[in-house]
Amino acid sequence: MTAIDFSQKIVEMIDVVKKFGDFVANDRINLTVHKGEVHSLLGENGAGKTTLVNCLYGLYRPTQGRIRIKGQEVEISDPNAAIQLGIGMVHQHFMLVDTFTVTQNIILGRETTKMMGVLDIARAEKKVAEISERYGLAINPRDKIQDISVGSQQRVEILKALYRGAEILILDEPTAVLTPQEIQELVMIIRNLTQEGKSIIIITHKLHEIKQVADYCTIIRRGKFIDTVEVDKVTEQELASMMVGREVSFAVEKKAQQKGEQILAIQDLVVKDNRGIAAVNGLNLTLHKGEILGIAGVDGNGQSELVEALTGLRKVAGGSITLRGKEITGSKPKEVINRWNIRTIPEDRQKRGLVMEFDVAENLILETYHDTPFSVRGMLNRDKIYAYADHCTQVYDIRPTNPYLTAKSLSGGNQQKVIIAREVSNDPEVLIASQPTRGLDVGAIEYVHTALVNQRDRGKAVLLISFELDEVMNVSDRIAVIFEGKIVGIVDAIGVDENEIGLMMAGGTP
Amino acid sequence: MKLNGEVLKRKFLNGSLGLTLISIVLGFLLGAIILLVAGFNPLEAYWVILKGIFSRSKYISYVIIYATPLIITGLSVAFALRTGLFNIGAEGQYIMGAIMAAAAGYFFKLPLILHVTLAVGLAVIVAAIWGGLAGYIKARFGVHEVISTIMLNWIALYFSNFVVTLKVFGSQGTGKSYAIQSTARINLLSDWKISEAGIEFIRSHKVLGDILKTPINAGIIFAILLAVLVWYILNKTTLGYELRAVGFNPHAAEAGGINVKKSMVISMLISGGLAGAAGAFQVLGVSHRIAKLAAMEGYGFDGIAVSLIGNNTGPGSVFAGLLFGALKYGGSKIQDAMQAPTEVINIMIGTIILFVAMPKLIRLILTILERRAKN
Repeated sequence: MTAIDFSQKIVEMIDVVKKFGDFVANDRINLTVHKGEVHSLLGENGAGKTTLVNCLYGLYRPTQGRIRIKGQEVEISDPNAAIQLGIGMVHQHFMLVDTFTVTQNIILGRETTKMMGVLDIARAEKKVAEISERYGLAINPRDKIQDISVGSQQRVEILKALYRGAEILILDEPTAVLTPQEIQELVMIIRNLTQEGKSIIIITHKLHEIKQVADYCTIIRRGKFIDTVEVDKVTEQELASMMVGREVSFAVEKKAQQKGEQILAIQDLVVKDNRGIAAVNGLNLTLHKGEILGIAGVDGNGQSELVEALTGLRKVAGGSITLRGKEITGSKPKEVINRWNIRTIPEDRQKRGLVMEFDVAENLILETYHDTPFSVRGMLNRDKIYAYADHCTQVYDIRPTNPYLTAKSLSGGNQQKVIIAREVSNDPEVLIASQPTRGLDVGAIEYVHTALVNQRDRGKAVLLISFELDEVMNVSDRIAVIFEGKIVGIVDAIGVDENEIGLMMAGGTP
Repeated sequence: MKLNGEVLKRKFLNGSLGLTLISIVLGFLLGAIILLVAGFNPLEAYWVILKGIFSRSKYISYVIIYATPLIITGLSVAFALRTGLFNIGAEGQYIMGAIMAAAAGYFFKLPLILHVTLAVGLAVIVAAIWGGLAGYIKARFGVHEVISTIMLNWIALYFSNFVVTLKVFGSQGTGKSYAIQSTARINLLSDWKISEAGIEFIRSHKVLGDILKTPINAGIIFAILLAVLVWYILNKTTLGYELRAVGFNPHAAEAGGINVKKSMVISMLISGGLAGAAGAFQVLGVSHRIAKLAAMEGYGFDGIAVSLIGNNTGPGSVFAGLLFGALKYGGSKIQDAMQAPTEVINIMIGTIILFVAMPKLIRLILTILERRAKN
């Protein structure tokens, strides 16, 4: 099955060190990739995986160490030099122009021209179609980016790299945005690529994907090289322990559920997105006390609009939202927060969750600054505010424990702790957690999950929205699947079949 | 090493006071080059400016008089900026304030304190509405405040030029409004100055008399009080908290339950009111009337620079306004002493100010870009 040609070392990174000031992001990392090999880089967030591939792709210059491409020692000064050497990268966030066609995007920056600089689109299209055919990418060169799925967009990025002559493809967290089915397609594509002699470096922290697709795996922990292992010879547990440096339990510890009465009911909800299209389109859902209801679904199926409607940030175009039988549709954000006590961990913590220039204390009172004791008749009471913040940093383990630090200066995990402290400390009736662990490392993820489970165990309701199917399955009591703005199925989390959910996420019926 | 440089740059750009001082020095150096190119000895020119600012108490008094409206328009711009709004319209709000102050000062007949309060109050209200209008247009229709305030500036200018032609307000053909009543003036000891005892005092007391020869007025006191007020509102009140939250991150503010649109309108109301106060104090303390304007006077536009130099804070605006006033007044001295044309002087002053404000501008642009990249 494997297509590795051990006689040809395509990439060799030898004792690569990358320092940012005093901080060592990569400490003598070694990486060897052969022709036709799929090599995965595994590590927690901030372990230094992306830094390493950025050194390879010319975005950073290594402080020390050597890089060899096909046996030749090279200095990669910038991405253009990397492309010249046959290195292509597919970023986590796609770099595509929505209103351009596939071909226009692919040739952007190196347009094929006829005489006098006239674009030769036809020739480019032909070449794009050829490559697509050859690797089974199933891309129509004339489609506009905005009209094709996220999975297809990713394949366009791969195509772009191949078009530019990439021999080595770096894929940065490629599966984060894909449905289980799309992931399978990607796996097939990766196999096709290696059969054709391409080499793949794939960054991921999903262990079963490594097991499925990679030949070798290099583990990095806190910037240090831990090991390179042959994937077939290790278990997922072993990979996880090497990544984190201790034994980890994948299961979220939960007591038996004490499900209470219904608290939130959403009926025939319609919410329009910015383009005026009904992103939430007749959605029905009920939420009970003492339960975590997980909403599984691929990004862009109305999750953001649903959360924005529930929190009062977006207008409801139809249907109703009731809390304990009381109609709360169309409430303003302030009413939702302070009157109905529905609190939210927003999906984008830097945009919606925090005022990054405010300090921790100021962020902690963002929803309660107008209440005593934080203010009296419009005058802020700084003593009370900072005393409260001191208390919160300790209870919620926000590090460093200094309420005067700006939110900007905290790590992602600690930023999320500030938000959780703010949202949970008022004992909300309903807690909406939208992508609460996005971009967090294993330790912080555990923390967030525990916070959600605590709410549930205290008899409160939690609505969890996540694109990570594993997370939804691990944390929830019930799982609702959202597809094109509707709930297409609700199942109990106990004994659930991942494939069944995956099928529903893609719009199929089980 | 790349990031190291990045960190250094960031530290440098964020260290407000040190940075400002360095920029001022650099600004003067560049100004010197311009003087040199224009054929004037920069050392001599700077000496003239320095003497022109500090050598007599009268000069210092004039610097303060020059600085007063700039401090207040600086506060106006700073206040809006803290809510993330760029109030280019301080100029127009200043003009509206000046019109109202001149009208109230002339038409009403009231005892001193009451008259001043009324004139300033009306000026502030009208200018606040003028500024708030731009805030409302932005909140309601999404029209960017820069666009709307620029247009409002022109409307204010032409409105001002129109009202001075009215028979009831100004004598025909002079292009000036009637002078305001003496009860509406905020000049210090103005009656006593022209009494016999006053004239005698001015003649015999060199330093104090010198000061009294200028139209010294209470404006600077109000300017400092306003600076304290701005600082207090922004940092000590829930209103200021809301406005700052909106200024830093309107998305998070909205998600936290703050009414972003309302905050924009309130911020522009207050900002406009401040600019109006600047116009009012200028009329009540210095010009005592309004005149037909061929072009904008630039008090509001200078306020943008003052705000930037002063790091968009209340106290910062006071110092930046004084610096600005000093340069304007001291710079004018080169003309007589060295026969330098005003153009060269203005280019020199402009360069210095540009240099002083530039790092702040760069930082402002950086933050906006950063925010845009994030969204």
